[in-house]
Amino acid sequence: MLRIDQATYDAIVAHAKRDHPVEACGVVAGPEGSDRPTRFIPMVNAAGSPTYYEFDSMDLLRLYKEMWANGEEPVVIYHSHTATEAYPSRTDIARAEEPTAHYVLVSTADTFSGGPGNSDGPVTFRSYRIIDGAVTEEPVSVVPGDPATEPHSNPASTTDRSQP
Amino acid sequence: MAVEVRIPTILRTYTGGEKAVSGDGATLSELIENLESNHPGLKERLVEDGDLRRFVNVYVNDEDVRFTGGLQTSVSDGDQVVVLPAVAGGAGKPAEL
Repeated sequence: MLRIDQATYDAIVAHAKRDHPVEACGVVAGPEGSDRPTRFIPMVNAAGSPTYYEFDSMDLLRLYKEMWANGEEPVVIYHSHTATEAYPSRTDIARAEEPTAHYVLVSTADTFSGGPGNSDGPVTFRSYRIIDGAVTEEPVSVVPGDPATEPHSNPASTTDRSQP
Repeated sequence: MAVEVRIPTILRTYTGGEKAVSGDGATLSELIENLESNHPGLKERLVEDGDLRRFVNVYVNDEDVRFTGGLQTSVSDGDQVVVLPAVAGGAGKPAEL
């Protein structure tokens, strides 16, 4: 299961909507081994494409050096699909090389369907483990607050937003 | 002579879980050969058809080797080498879905 705070969840969705129709991408880092996504880091999609994303190689190095210096790892690696469902594509599966990460897929395919200027349509947010080409979907639990103020929310107060 | 090489999580199965290993060589190519002798299987994950794999990034002292000569990039004692898999993906062209 992916447990993620509301502020970070909202930030990922906002990034995906902002960059639509280009795929948005980024990381939520957290203390190594904690499985807690605490530091939201939106990245530039160097490909600038509606069907592909890639971190710039120098951005990638800076990101990892920063995480190593902080004792962090990428707990969440997210990107958006802007015309298709929030399910890993063949490319996503082939390129998934962080065995401990939650791969979050956000779909904005229906977000802008309500007519010109309307961005209030649904955004789908789903999470997967992708290990050695095997995809396993997992529930997403959005907990109130933001990671700086509520690093350990009470499990009883969680809101389950998992997608079928 | 020793060059420190930072190994990404996905390749630590080849290094007994070590985050960093050291190796020798005057070029990146020689360094990888040297690493291969101590960590068999690693080279195959980095090199394909005599070139660096498309989705593997290697940096020598913070420079992406794609811009410094690829596998022929010089390395020397005390250099820091970092290996990182590309972070990439995406929906793909409709025909490929």
